[in-house]
Amino acid sequence: MIEYIAIIITAIFVNNIVFAQFLGICPFIGVSKNLDSAIGMGAAVTFVMAVATCVTWILQYFVLVPLGLAYIQTILFILVIAVLVQMLEIIIRKISPSLYAALGVFLPLITTNCAVLGVAIIVTQKDFSLLQSIVYAVSTAIGFTMALTIFAGIRTQLALYDIPRPMRGVPAALLVAGLLAMAFMGFSGIKIG
Amino acid sequence: MKALNIIYNGLVKQNPTFVLILGMCPTLGTTSSALTGLSMGLATLFVLICSNVAISALKNFVPDKVRIPAFIIIIASFVTVLQMVMQAWLPALYGALGIFIPLIVVNCILLGRAESFASKNGVIASACDGIGIGLGFTCALTVIGALREFLGTGCIFGAHIYPESYGSLLFVLAPGAFIVLGFLIAIFNRLTNKA
Repeated sequence: MIEYIAIIITAIFVNNIVFAQFLGICPFIGVSKNLDSAIGMGAAVTFVMAVATCVTWILQYFVLVPLGLAYIQTILFILVIAVLVQMLEIIIRKISPSLYAALGVFLPLITTNCAVLGVAIIVTQKDFSLLQSIVYAVSTAIGFTMALTIFAGIRTQLALYDIPRPMRGVPAALLVAGLLAMAFMGFSGIKIG
Repeated sequence: MKALNIIYNGLVKQNPTFVLILGMCPTLGTTSSALTGLSMGLATLFVLICSNVAISALKNFVPDKVRIPAFIIIIASFVTVLQMVMQAWLPALYGALGIFIPLIVVNCILLGRAESFASKNGVIASACDGIGIGLGFTCALTVIGALREFLGTGCIFGAHIYPESYGSLLFVLAPGAFIVLGFLIAIFNRLTNKA
């Protein structure tokens, strides 16, 4: 049990996917302009990351490793993720139009979100079991959502201030992200288990 | 002359890091020193030239509806080639760049150039575009890496410039990446008078 708590705390706070591992920066800078879209994007990423990690883990250990094809991991994983995102889009549209209305716009963007492919590869490098992998994927996505939400809140405030012209937009956002990354470094002393 | 124009366009006018602001993850994640930044840039340059050439050569055979998946497979194949070459001959560098080598597949610069340039232009023009954009990315990563290494440890490419104890370790760690890139984009905006 303590092992799972360690995975959750590490993935959310200590090794936050945005501030410590530098994955998923494009949606982090692009989508975090207001709170609603930040939460929508976070929910869509959580969903896709959990399903994608589960499917790629099964493929890795039941297809690639037994057949000795581990070297085509990158090609297979990106294809699986692209197909999966398409399928999820179709399924959600059929089953729950309201959920589709909330997440729909974000789904196509997720294929090129490097955090999804990154997590799928990281869990195979760390030799996690299937359950550990899913816990890791979900908590990483929660960490991503948290980073996105905090950042969106700060950016709505930031829009009210008079910032020097060349610093407006992305440069100011990056400086704020730098300060947040400093704050998150405070978690790096935590050790569990 | 036209080839030089395309290269200049990628290097300065449409610099992927400072102007288009694409491919942020490797830009921030692999620039803790000038050497890792330079090697990540060269790795991306290699994949970008190969994928641009292959995509522009195959553009008439790929049906329009499945072009994006086809582009992704072409890019992923070259990334796999790069991974195998690096594992065989440069294992230390492969270890240092880690997850960011397989993640070249989802670097938006590659798919962006495939869609907006290589799928519309000839093989030689696409190769030049790959060289220009790739060099722009490499230069940006090397500058960021050199600056972080200089501010953090007092070295550039491992050569000491001032004593290490005066450096601020912050710039080698995660926050330094965001802060250095933020200021560099602001300076680039000021110099090109975009804002």
